[in-house]
Amino acid sequence: MSLLLEARGISKKFGGVQALKDVSLTIREKEIYGLIGPNGAGKTTFFNVLTGLYSRDRGDILFAGKALELGSPHLVAQAGIARTFQNIRLFGNMTALENVMVGRHMCTHAGVFGAILRTPGQRREEAAIRRRAEELLHYVGIAHRAGALAKHLSYGDQRRLEIARALATEPKLLALDEPAAGMNATETVALRQLIEGVRADGLTVLLIEHDVKLIMGLCDRVAVLDYGEKIAEDVPAIVQRDPKVIEAYLGGSVGE
Amino acid sequence: MKPYVRFPRWFGLALIALALLLLPHLLTQVGTAWVRIANFAILFIFLSLGLNIVVGMAGLLDLGYVAFYAVGAYVWALLASPHFGLHMPFWAILPLGALLACIAGAVLGAPTLRLRGDYLAIVTLGFGEIVRIFMNNLSSPFNITNGPKGITRIDGMNVAGMNFSATDTFLGIPFSGPTKYYYVLLLLLLLVIVVNLRLQNSRIGRAWVAIREDELAAKAAGINTRNVKLLAFAMGASFGGIAGGMFAAMQGFVSPESFVLHESIMILAMVVLGGMGNVWGVIAGALLLSFVPELLRYTVEPAQKALFGKMLIEPEVLRMLLFGMALVLMMRFRPAGLWPESRHKREMSEMKEEAA
Repeated sequence: MSLLLEARGISKKFGGVQALKDVSLTIREKEIYGLIGPNGAGKTTFFNVLTGLYSRDRGDILFAGKALELGSPHLVAQAGIARTFQNIRLFGNMTALENVMVGRHMCTHAGVFGAILRTPGQRREEAAIRRRAEELLHYVGIAHRAGALAKHLSYGDQRRLEIARALATEPKLLALDEPAAGMNATETVALRQLIEGVRADGLTVLLIEHDVKLIMGLCDRVAVLDYGEKIAEDVPAIVQRDPKVIEAYLGGSVGE
Repeated sequence: MKPYVRFPRWFGLALIALALLLLPHLLTQVGTAWVRIANFAILFIFLSLGLNIVVGMAGLLDLGYVAFYAVGAYVWALLASPHFGLHMPFWAILPLGALLACIAGAVLGAPTLRLRGDYLAIVTLGFGEIVRIFMNNLSSPFNITNGPKGITRIDGMNVAGMNFSATDTFLGIPFSGPTKYYYVLLLLLLLVIVVNLRLQNSRIGRAWVAIREDELAAKAAGINTRNVKLLAFAMGASFGGIAGGMFAAMQGFVSPESFVLHESIMILAMVVLGGMGNVWGVIAGALLLSFVPELLRYTVEPAQKALFGKMLIEPEVLRMLLFGMALVLMMRFRPAGLWPESRHKREMSEMKEEAA
């Protein structure tokens, strides 16, 4: 399998705290890649650097063979990385459908004049945006909630909606920041099926997760961060047995 | 499905159109002043719809909006008055005023892109004042704006030889100057409303609302927030430019005094009172805040004279008192405005239509 993403020596410091220290990792095409580590290990920081929310001190990221423009989220999105947020960030006063339609912004072009004049091209595009958004809502399984305001959706549905919005940008890499957080067992199973479906449709998935069972069952490869450093990167079976990982994070759960 | 569903809607629109067309003639019966008041109400609708794009949709609190009104007014005043001896036709200066206001909007918007909330409000407030002070002081060394004295004897509208400052008679019905302006404004209003509604339900409109809701998430969804915000400032400002041009034409006189902070606040109050983000709410807000003070002006004085035999409270004082009270009550009971934006309901009814 060819490489999709290669991070080289990413470092990030917040004041005196070294949040990321020389983190290098590679993600292959069409794999589900897990990023785990104890609280404060730097997972989300890495995520935010990758998706352009934070600037990095050192290092660079190659994505699909090109250097990623770090530090501007919309360019990262345009390069083909879509993300969700740990603390769900939806457009609360827009409907579920509209949230996904916003995700289509990047892949569409109609401007002010098209909108004012309602040109045939703009109308066609608008209809296509709507159709695609409806498809995506259906895909993540919340089509019946299309007309509801995002803030009125249940927690699990909000997570799904965020994934639908991310998918609307037609990414190559879908980056999910703790998607199973706060979900019950049934919801987690459904989420797992959704992620596997996304991969089956040809996308690559980067997953940050606390739920070790989910990560180990779902991911092709896993990287472990501890105090901002990568201490392991391999298939789950090997990572699970790595003494450094056990010490840093897994603790007793390996014996379960 | 139900055959009568379409008919009343069409019929209702026709009734509203008829009422709007007859309005100036009815108002003339009460007094020509009321036609002028109606005209100003329409100007304020332009202004508040323009500001609604910036504040209501994109969520950028702009306290210097009146600056763009000033730009539009001064463009008309300078290009159609004896001041420079230019007398350009309306079809050239009205779009030019809108265009220059649009550019001013982008230029003043650009430095504020990184600011949010209170900070944005303070900076835009400053910009509004800067524009006014410029108008006040650009009289030397080159006399461009004639300073605080303002520009007088501005040409009114002149369409195909029809002078808008005189009364004409068509089919035995007299059309006074303000009445003619009313019809022009009504036409422009229709245009402005259509533009607003179409923008609201477009890719750009959704991007504006997305920025208002969560700027970071909007960025992550691939929206170039810098460009989209500048677009909001520019589009909003262009409506201010159109309103300014019409203002100059109707008044025949502009001076920096017309473009003080108070006006910005007034326009903002119309947007907030009506319901941020909802075109119809904003129109209602603008109408309410334009007409109620005038009504007070004409009723409070006679009422007090009749009750107490003399004036106890000036209408102007009472106006501000009621205004303040109304805003406080609004914030207490209807914080989203009289007629708030409801994407929810709209979507729901659309879905029902589709299902039917």
